[in-house]
Formats: sequence, C-alpha cells, structure tokens
Amino acid sequence: MTGAVRRSRWGLALMVLPPVLWLVLLQVVPLALILVYSFSRRTAYGGIEYTFTLANYTRFLQPIYLKVLSDSLAVALITTLIVLVVAYPFAWHLARQPAERRGRLLLLVVIPFWTNSLILTYAWKVILRADGPVNQILTALGLAPGPVQLLYTKPAAILGLVYVLLPYMILPLYLSIEKLDPSTVRAAYDLGAGPVQAFRRVIFPLTLPGVVAGALLVFIPTLELFYISDLLGGAQMVLVGNLIQREFLEARNWPFGAAASIIVTGVTLLLVWVYVRWFSPGGVEELI
Amino acid sequence: MGRRRWGDRLLSIHAWAVYLFLYAPILVLVVFSFNDSRFSFWRGFTLRWYAAMFQNHQIMRALENSLVVAGWTMLAATLLGTLTAFVLVRHRFPGKSLLEALVYVPIILPSVIMGVSLLATFVLAGLRPGRTAIILGHVAFAASFATVAIRARLVGFDRNLERAAMDLGAGRWQTFRHVTLPLVGPGILAGALLAFTLSLDDVVITFFTAGPGSTTLPLYIFSAVRLGVSPEINALSTLILVVTAGVLILADWVRRWGVNHVKPAAGAAGRGEPEEPERMGGDGA
Amino acid sequence: MKTGGLRRPAALPVVSLLAAALLLAACGSGGAGGGSAGGGERVLNVFNWSEYLPDSVLAAFEAEFGVRVNYDVYSSNEELMAKLQAGGQGLYDVAVPSDFTAATMIELGLVEPLDFDRLPNVTQYLVDDLRDPVYDPGGRYTVPYMWGTTGLAYNTAQVGKEITDWADIFDPAFEDRILLLDDMPEVMAIGLWMNGLDPSSTDPADIEAARRTLEELMPLVKAFDSDTQSDYLLSGEVWIAQAYSGEAALAIMEDPDITYVLPAGGCSYWVDVMVIPAGAPNPDLAHEFINFLYRPEIAAQIAEEYPYATPNGEALSLLSEEVLGNPAAYPPEDQLARCVFLTDPGEASELYAEAFTELKLRATE
Repeated sequence: MTGAVRRSRWGLALMVLPPVLWLVLLQVVPLALILVYSFSRRTAYGGIEYTFTLANYTRFLQPIYLKVLSDSLAVALITTLIVLVVAYPFAWHLARQPAERRGRLLLLVVIPFWTNSLILTYAWKVILRADGPVNQILTALGLAPGPVQLLYTKPAAILGLVYVLLPYMILPLYLSIEKLDPSTVRAAYDLGAGPVQAFRRVIFPLTLPGVVAGALLVFIPTLELFYISDLLGGAQMVLVGNLIQREFLEARNWPFGAAASIIVTGVTLLLVWVYVRWFSPGGVEELI
Repeated sequence: MGRRRWGDRLLSIHAWAVYLFLYAPILVLVVFSFNDSRFSFWRGFTLRWYAAMFQNHQIMRALENSLVVAGWTMLAATLLGTLTAFVLVRHRFPGKSLLEALVYVPIILPSVIMGVSLLATFVLAGLRPGRTAIILGHVAFAASFATVAIRARLVGFDRNLERAAMDLGAGRWQTFRHVTLPLVGPGILAGALLAFTLSLDDVVITFFTAGPGSTTLPLYIFSAVRLGVSPEINALSTLILVVTAGVLILADWVRRWGVNHVKPAAGAAGRGEPEEPERMGGDGA
Repeated sequence: MKTGGLRRPAALPVVSLLAAALLLAACGSGGAGGGSAGGGERVLNVFNWSEYLPDSVLAAFEAEFGVRVNYDVYSSNEELMAKLQAGGQGLYDVAVPSDFTAATMIELGLVEPLDFDRLPNVTQYLVDDLRDPVYDPGGRYTVPYMWGTTGLAYNTAQVGKEITDWADIFDPAFEDRILLLDDMPEVMAIGLWMNGLDPSSTDPADIEAARRTLEELMPLVKAFDSDTQSDYLLSGEVWIAQAYSGEAALAIMEDPDITYVLPAGGCSYWVDVMVIPAGAPNPDLAHEFINFLYRPEIAAQIAEEYPYATPNGEALSLLSEEVLGNPAAYPPEDQLARCVFLTDPGEASELYAEAFTELKLRATE
C-alpha cells in the first residue's frame, strides 16, 4: 500500500517537474528581473540605477495613466464580448459538422494567421480605406452618398483586434462544445425546456470552461496588441500596451515601464480571479 | 422541425460569413502580390515579385528560420502545455495556485518587457542569443496558451471512464492510450495549432532573443514595412497559403487511402457527437 | 463504429504538419543555420534596417573578400538600443543607428572608436559637412551611411495653397486631413519651433508651451504614423503629412502632385551612421566592410536603389538625373540650411513622453 502511494508521489513529482522548470526558469526569473527594474531609477541616458524607490509606482497613479488603463480595459471588454458573440455560433456549427470535416474546418480557421498578423492588418487598411472595397460596395448599393470614414477610427481598431483574436476564442469554445453530451441536451428538451431555456440553463453552463478560457485568451492580449490600434486606429488611442512600449523604448525608462507592467499584470490577475470566482465559487475546476 | 432547419441555415450562413471575414485580408494580399507597383494601388498584372522573392536570400533564410522555430516550439509547447494542464486539473500539491497564476503571466506581460527580461535572463545563464534562445522564448509564452486551451478540454472530463477501463483490466498505459488520449486529443491538437500560429507570428520576443543569422520572417517583415509592405512579402504569403493547401489536400488523400486499406482500430473509446441521433451509451462507462 | 476513427481525420493534417516541421528543423540545423563558427570561414554580422542595403552589394562584398555576411534587421532605433542594453552585445560587427541614438550609444559606451587609417575611402570621400557632427564631435565613432530630413509633404491639388511653414497647416480647412509622425521628438519639435524655442529643449516650461500649441493642431490630425506616410498621401486620405524625406520621395515618384517642403520655421536633419558595437566579434572585417561601402560606385548603387541621400561626395556625381532631381531626397541648399539635428532630451524624455500621451488622448476626444 505504502509502496503504491510512494510510487504515485514520485510519479506526481515527475509530472510536476517539467512545468515547474518551465515556469521557474522562463517565467519567475524574468519576472524577478522586472520587479528589480521597477524599484530602480532611470539615469540621464536611460541606464538603470539599482536603488529602492517606489516613485515608479506612485507615478502611475496620476489621472492620465489611470485613464489609459481604464480605456484599455474598456476596449478589451468590448472586444472580448464581440469575439464571443461571433465565435459561439461559429464554434457550435463547426462542432456539428461530420467528424471527418471538422479537423479541416478548424485548421482553416488558423491558416490565415500563418501569414504575419502585421501584414493582415495592412491588408485591412486597404479594405477599409476611402477608395477601398467596403466603401465601393456601400456607395454602389446606395447606402452611403460618398466614402465613409472607416479607417483611423476606434471601431476600425476594434475590428482589427476582433479579427486577430477570433481564433483564440473559437478553438477553446469548439473544444467545449464538441464534448457536450447530446443526451444531456436532449434531456433538457424532454423536460420541456424551450431552446432559449435549454441554452441558458444547460448548454451555456456546460460550455463555460471554453468560454472562460477563450475570454482569457482574448481579453488579456488585447491590452498589449498595440500595433493593431496604431495602424487601424491611426495611433490615436493610447492603450497600456502602447504606453509601456513607449516608456520602455522611446523614453527609455525601463523602471517606469516595468512598474507599469507589474501593475497591469496585477490588475489583470485580480480581474481573472474575480471573474473565475464569480462564475464558480470553487474555481475553474468545478465549473461543470 | 421547421424552426430547427432555419436555425441550421442561419448558423451555416454565419459560418460562411466568418470564413469570409477571416479570408478577406488574405484575398487582398493575394491580389496585390500580382500588382505591378510597390504601393497598394492597382497598376497592372505582373509576376516579377515572385521572381524577386525567390532571389531574395534574406527572405528565404528568414522563412527557413521561422519554420524551424515554429516546428520546435509547437512540439515543446504542446508537450509542456499538456503536462501542465493535467497537473493543474488533476492533482493537488503545495504551491499549485502560484503555479497557476504563473501560467497566465506570459499572456499578460507586454511582449517588450518579456523580450527584454528573457534576453537578460539568457545572458545571465550564458545562453547566446540565436535560434535556441528564440525557441526557448517562444516556448515560454506558447506553452501558456496551449495550457489554457488543453485545460478547457480537461475540465469536466469524466474520470469514471478511466476508472471503468482500469476495472475492466486495462493497464495505465492502455487506459491513457485508448481512453484518455482520444478524449483529450482535440484539446492537444488545438494547443498545438495555437503554439505553431503564435510562434509564426511573434515579432518582439524574437527580436530580443535573435542572434546573427537567426532573423525570422515576421522580424524581417516588421522591419520591412518601413517602406510599406513589399509585394515580395505578399507573394511569399500567397505561396505559403498555396503550399499549406497542398499539404492539406495531400494529407486528406493519404487519409482516404489509409481508410480504404487499414481497418480502423477497434475498441478505442470516445464520446459521441452532439448531432448524432443514435444512442451513445455503453461507450465505456 | 465512429469512435476511435473519429479523431484521426482531425489529427492527420497536424501530424503531417508536425512531421514536415521536424524535417525542416532537422535539415535546418544541419545546414548553414545560425551561429558564427563555420569551418574557419570569416563571418560578418550586420545589424541594419531592412530594405536599406541591396542584396547585390552584400553579394559583391562576400565574393571579393571570401566571407559570409549575416544580415539582420531591426525596425527602430529604440529596439536596437534596448537590445544592446539588455545584454545583446558581442553579437554584431556593424550596426546603423540614427544620429541621436548613436550619441547615446557613445555616451553609454556601447560602441567602439573607429580606426580611420583602415577607412581610407571614408577619409577621402565623406562630404565636409558631416566630418565633425554634433552627435559625434570629431567624428571618432561614426561614419554616415545615408541622410535625410523631416519636413512636410503635401498634395498640391488637394491643399490648393502653398505651404512654407508649420503655421500654414493650422488651418480649419484641413480638419482630419493631417498626418503626424508617431515620433515623439519630431512632433514636439513642431511646437517648440512655433514658439521660437530650441527644438530639443529640456526645459519643462518650453515643453509645456509646445504642448499647448500642438493641442490646437490635434482636431486636424487624422492619424499618427512613422512607417508609411507615402501610403497615406497616395490613398488621398490625408492631404498633408509630416514626413521623412525617404517616404516623401517615394510618394513624389508615384504621384507628381505631391511635393515636399522644409518649413521655414525649422526642420530636422538626420543621419543614419555606421558604428562598431562594443565587443564586436570581428572588428577588422567591420572596417573593411565600411570602407567597401564608401567606394563611390558602391555608394552610388545604394543611393540609386533607396530614396535617401548619400554622404559620399564622389558618389553624387555618379547618380542619375532622376534621383538627384527628387526634391525630397536632395532638397535645395537654401531650405536645407534651416535644418538642425535633434538631440536626445535625456532626463526630459519623461516630459516628452507625458506630453505626447496627453496630446494623443486629446486627439481621440
């Protein structure tokens, strides 16, 4: 008996080892460096003076930076919601296709992104510009008297974000929907639930792990995909990603950039935690 | 019944619309790869960008680097992600929630910060920037995305299936091979796709971890747009697309051949499909 | 009957993909992959902007000197700096930062002094104006590669009036028709010039004055971009763009209605310079390379290919009429005389960054 327990303990240790190595060497060490930077001071020429100061953190509390943070969170939220609404029916449809087609259809979702997303974003600029196809169609159909200003607006930036992040929602959603047990769904109908009720009470809760995973994979990267908002939004939106990029590279203030990213990381982790708790008191594992 | 059919039709239209959305920029890029101007205004048909692309050593070298890096990243990140997801979902051990939070860190951290700190870490460890460093840097974040995806599949996994298999005399490995893997498989596959795609797209972390001669395609592209997107890049993207489609068709062909010549392995368990009207009990439970 | 086999179709494409990737990985690592040690062959590692050096020039150098060149690229000075500062030293033999980044690199000890005895072509052909530049007094660490200016490019047909100074663009008729560079020092310099101040001032009061002036411009601004100003002008979405001369030159080649002016109130002048980063693995070869690029026929070949100006006096006489006639690449002397180098604002970078962020927030409102 004890032998079996010991063996399983060793087995567990062996399984935990690679993830721990990965997370410690490639996550903890770099994170520790960032923490050190965040308490340091910038020298005149953008070097780092290793002292202990909280100035970088208190500086972030100015209204201008808090506004940038709240704007970014709002953009991330809107993007995530749109992506969810677009991706859910799509993933549902995909999961109901004949088995031999599914793999291919799923692959078709990611293939566009094997082309660099920067190039794809430039292509969107062509699509959205004043003499681009969208405007030509709108004018031809008589829906607009002349070219509509689509490019360099906030909706254009959000469209770009929705575009590049769509697969990150579709994949986990598909995984959750595909493993739905149809007998459960049928049982709901048999018990007299209408489609809306069945969806709300049975289907959606059962696919929640996919929704949670997808939302995380979309919401979080939105905060830092600055080049998309730069190109399609005309670089007029300042998201935290832009801010940190600018502080790190242009102002060459690593300490402040590091402090800002620690704050953003903290806020995001907190939001993720609240979000997961809100959906289930027992954590992600017990969502089902 | 009629309502259901309408619903299906709407879903199908929606799916087509999503594919159109996903491929709209690709269409633009294919068209402009034949455009006789380096600007994105149509000036006439040409094939010169294709010729130029093949003669551009930098592009060819970068393509090779990208594929090598993405291949290894996919392999390593998928293995790590699978393991991490299993460990997080199935086991309890001290420090687990810390481990869990750490998984999300690379998804949250701005890549500039991550790139700089990874480079500094590698330098501390005596690892010279170059291809290996790029792969490690990519694994660092791609494994996180893979973990999240695979985990979504593992959560709510009915462990009774495994227990039943063991009760019926299947060994650990057999159970894993025939029960666990088929159920988690799609999750692993999705994780692999994510890792491969992320690696093929990364610019910033690659920039910081790259050494002489290890420039990848996105890095080259990112820098090249200083003069607008070169049509050579469009030509290359078109070519990649064509090759991918070719590989898919080939794989499909091989599969059909396989189905016709090899009997499908019996006894493997799997969950039924949502749309299947027939009964699916007895699958293993 | 459907079980088991179900997963196979999905898995197959991926398995074949994986196999293909591994195969590539295998031949890649066996072939002439990264790394610098390669059977005694001398290797030169160049770090430059992409699309800035023709392949043919690299090939000629490789053939003549029997060496191999690794050509890697970056997209901004800031990235180059960050990489060197984070420890990416000892990797490259030649890098090509812009003037004020080079000044900072000299200050931080990130570059090595050059041995001009080994650069006879530079000594012989470099134009006099750039022999003792502000960013590198005495010219000990840097050799100019190409230079350009920052000014205003505009479409004469759309604008309908002549623009000669920054003040001319503060016109409500241009609402949503102006593009500014997404370049903090260049944008702030506009405000400083308009107030008659030093364009690289580090005085908080000056920076605040500049910000207030620029605030009035924000409603007219459609976008910020520092990569492809030509694209904005050619698509007709903006009429006036604060632009780098190279971008303006490209736009002029494509559309003769577009013109380029160096504003009377002030304009900036920039030079991309070749440096040897500290700890370069092969400084000898780096010198030979820099000297090679200063052969007049090579310099002319580069200048014919890219829309920037060559600092090689002898190469100028070899250039075609078409290239020399482009007003953006080679502006008239009297306009050029107004231009100055912007310098690194040092600790005031913070103030610049904050003012720039505030302006952008204002532009979205």
